[in-house]
Amino acid sequence: MASYSTNEFRGGLKVMLDGDPCVILENEFVKPGKGQAFNRVKLRNLNTNRVWERTFKSGESLEAADVMDLDMEYVYSDGEFWHFMKTDGSFEQFAADEKAVGDCVKWLKEQEVYSVTLYNGAPLNVSPPNFVELEVVDTDPGLKGDTAQGGSKPATLSTGAVVNVPLFIEVGELLRVDTRKNEYVARAKG
Amino acid sequence: MTVQGDDWRPAASLERLRARAALLASVRAFFSARGVLEVETPVLGRFGVSEPHLHSVSVTSVFDGEGFLQTSPEYHMKRLLAAGSGPIYQIARVFRGDEQGGRHNPEFSLLEWYRPGFGMEQLMEEVADLVVGVLGCERPSVRDCRELYRTLADVDPWEDGDAELVEAASEFSGVVQEQISRGDALDLLMSFCIEPALAEQGPVFVVNYPPEQAALARRDLHQGYTVARRFELYVQGLELCNGYQELADAKEQRERFAEDNRLRQSLERRPMEADSRLIAALSHGLPECSGVALGLDRLLMLLVGASSISEVLAFPADRA
Repeated sequence: MASYSTNEFRGGLKVMLDGDPCVILENEFVKPGKGQAFNRVKLRNLNTNRVWERTFKSGESLEAADVMDLDMEYVYSDGEFWHFMKTDGSFEQFAADEKAVGDCVKWLKEQEVYSVTLYNGAPLNVSPPNFVELEVVDTDPGLKGDTAQGGSKPATLSTGAVVNVPLFIEVGELLRVDTRKNEYVARAKG
Repeated sequence: MTVQGDDWRPAASLERLRARAALLASVRAFFSARGVLEVETPVLGRFGVSEPHLHSVSVTSVFDGEGFLQTSPEYHMKRLLAAGSGPIYQIARVFRGDEQGGRHNPEFSLLEWYRPGFGMEQLMEEVADLVVGVLGCERPSVRDCRELYRTLADVDPWEDGDAELVEAASEFSGVVQEQISRGDALDLLMSFCIEPALAEQGPVFVVNYPPEQAALARRDLHQGYTVARRFELYVQGLELCNGYQELADAKEQRERFAEDNRLRQSLERRPMEADSRLIAALSHGLPECSGVALGLDRLLMLLVGASSISEVLAFPADRA
């Protein structure tokens, strides 16, 4: 596997540290005029999601992590694993466990495309697209005519996610939802 | 090489480029009024610098095979001094390989000047005149290097063994002890412990460095222990300049070149041939003098309130 020296460290670079794959967030070069140079580096451990701060002597290197982000279509769940398929026409499938799917589980909809992070060929993390369109399966009855007024109510979506929606939304409607903020955006044109 | 859409544009605003021009003009006026001669020396020299932690950029297809972009105009300016130039200054473009970050660019502007007959303290006064004149800040206080290590890092580089220094450096920086040499420990404590503390004070001169950090400064006895007659100025925690009461002894200079190369070898860095013309000049006789190199880009950063050096450069390394 390739390795990267501190002067190649950039935000987004994936490296191995203490046996875990990490992504570099920030790299600060520190050097007294006449002295040894160091790099103060912030990394996110992709296994635990924790942020680490480490200092390296400049010129040191870290092994590259065999990590890549691929677009994959969600196919189905067998109760234990969630199965995803590459969108490159290869039909190759990958099984993600509960840890890899994490919070994304509440946005999983069949045939929708997700970003799957593979580490050594196995799913490490699944992230939803910024926006998904989902059907309302449960909410209090809508208030007719109340389209301008403020106020909101919880609505349960087909994937199990619960978001606050305007009072006029009814069961069966298709909504566009922002997955980053867990927020209703608009009625989807379906 | 990927070129992004906006990469062709300057990184610094036009307003900051005007501030740079005004700064250069005021520096020239400052030295002109004091009768210091402006000089120019080669940017591309036959010899590189031997200092272990500076990387001279190598250039091929010149001279008889290889030359070096200068990391500072020091060697050439000392040859002028030995030839009887009197007080001189230079605004030099200098190059240091592998230095890039918020406070570093591999190519930068160094204001370097030499004062025959000046002791270190006298030159510090002149540095203060220049910096206070430009920034309008208060006059720098003076702090002894040993006292700073003692009070801020709880170590004494003159008394403590390697183990104590390395342990403290590891604690402050998080670097594992096995990777830290004595020299690294002093640098780490300076960068991770002392500099951040100085950031909260006004401008500060740090003086009288441990003898192993002398570089080209004279070593002298001070209150019964040997120090490097070296000073640095920190403003808001930013290292602005580095000055010496200059080493004038050719024999000791030759020994320091050899010492540097031994250290370079242990760090697996290429040895640098000693600049025989500098040695010859020192043998001829360098007048007793003090000299200082000041980072003009950093002075400009402080003047305009920039947080990164790229904000004051028309085209920093990633747009060059």
